[in-house]
Amino acid sequence: MKKVVRGFYSVAYAVKLCKPQVICAYPITPQTEIVENLASMHANGELEGCEYITAESEFGAASILVGASAAGARVFTATCSQGLILMSEVLFNAAGMRLPIVLVNTNRSLSAPLSIWNDHQDSMALRDAGIIQLYVENNQEVHDAIPQAYKIAENRKVLLPFMICMDGYKLTHAYEPIDLLEQELVDNFLPPYKPIAYLTTKNPMAFGCYAPPHIYMEFRVAMQEAMDRARKIMLDVFKEWGEITGRDWGGHISVDFPDSKVMVLAMGSVVGLVRKVVHDLKKEGLDVGFVKVRTFRPFPIEDLRNAIKDCDKVVVLDRSVSFGYEGPLSIETKSILYKYSSADVYPFVIGLGGRDIPKDFVEKLIRDVIEGRERPQFAFKGYREFEEVVP
Amino acid sequence: MKIRLNIGGVSPPLQSEEIKTGDWGTQYPVVDKEKCTACRICQQYCPDLCIEVKEFGEEKYAVVDYNYCKGCGICSSVCPSEAITMEIKEIFKV
Repeated sequence: MKKVVRGFYSVAYAVKLCKPQVICAYPITPQTEIVENLASMHANGELEGCEYITAESEFGAASILVGASAAGARVFTATCSQGLILMSEVLFNAAGMRLPIVLVNTNRSLSAPLSIWNDHQDSMALRDAGIIQLYVENNQEVHDAIPQAYKIAENRKVLLPFMICMDGYKLTHAYEPIDLLEQELVDNFLPPYKPIAYLTTKNPMAFGCYAPPHIYMEFRVAMQEAMDRARKIMLDVFKEWGEITGRDWGGHISVDFPDSKVMVLAMGSVVGLVRKVVHDLKKEGLDVGFVKVRTFRPFPIEDLRNAIKDCDKVVVLDRSVSFGYEGPLSIETKSILYKYSSADVYPFVIGLGGRDIPKDFVEKLIRDVIEGRERPQFAFKGYREFEEVVP
Repeated sequence: MKIRLNIGGVSPPLQSEEIKTGDWGTQYPVVDKEKCTACRICQQYCPDLCIEVKEFGEEKYAVVDYNYCKGCGICSSVCPSEAITMEIKEIFKV
């Protein structure tokens, strides 16, 4: 059933179809309307068998979900920015306890200075938490990603938290015609969650126990192995989804014009714009292709390497920065090319804190790279010259 | 032989009993049975459940669990009868 809805609703409706048992969140712009939608569904009796808990903070919300997930419930939350980093202490624990919590992060920049607009700095701060990260391009993709996220996270060979990253405002507030999923399709695709161990008074268990030096490292190796298994399991789930819905979002990456001499990499909502620019330039006869990176953790090492290793130039458009180095996507891209490719990497950081990314700007940037007017050197693009002064 | 790792550090209760922590401290409490009135104040204040009043026939006095006591000395400071003294462990004596 196609309906014109906002990004919030496309998330909330898909979550409802997955029949979560506990939803707990704390409001934060630009996420709030996701859980508002869920709260009203709950109030209207549409979320049968679901507990909706309002928490006093994101730290509280994440903690409640750790308890609920450890008790064997399918859980959901949504947050972003300061809320996500307030959750971070708990989320690192959730990953270590191997709890398949699914959360939607509506990507927003981090303070200070205070900004409520969109970039990827918040989710990148949780890069090393042991959480699967999927970046979506539009509201249909996020709608489709939710049942898949549960299926992947709850797979007994994975059991890791799953964070779907959708750009704040650009997606959350946008109206799009969404092909809303049918309950029957989701029921057939996603079996009920069967935890391997859970909290019960009949058989008491402690989660995330103390691990002295002689045993701690093994647990962390086990998390890495779970991530490696997830890389394969995700591809199976993506494929199955494509077959049953007819919407194939690609694998960990999706490539337009493979084997081009210049490849452009991007993640999130900017993908639509960059793809359009690349298609236009291709029509002009320029040898340029495009890679949409969907999965950031586990990083699609081989898929991405094979897509770009034989080209001459790789343009990486990051929406966040690791201060003192470069953007996270360009760091990973360079690292997987080591010893496999002599391609020049052009690491650019664009659109921080909601800075507009116009079509002409992206087109000029890519054209400048192709025509040799840019150097393969880290640079912020699209900011104004400034000097720091004391007020 | 491969070690067996409970996924997510999930563990049944009381597994931590196997991890003796009594060697962490530098001091240890010694209870004077004669002075102890079995008032149980030390038992309530111990942060690690390591001191407990036990009955031995007619006698009743506080007993320290040296397997887990970390020698913080709280029992000694709260004892109203000055029945608990802290001794420095042999290896830490200069």
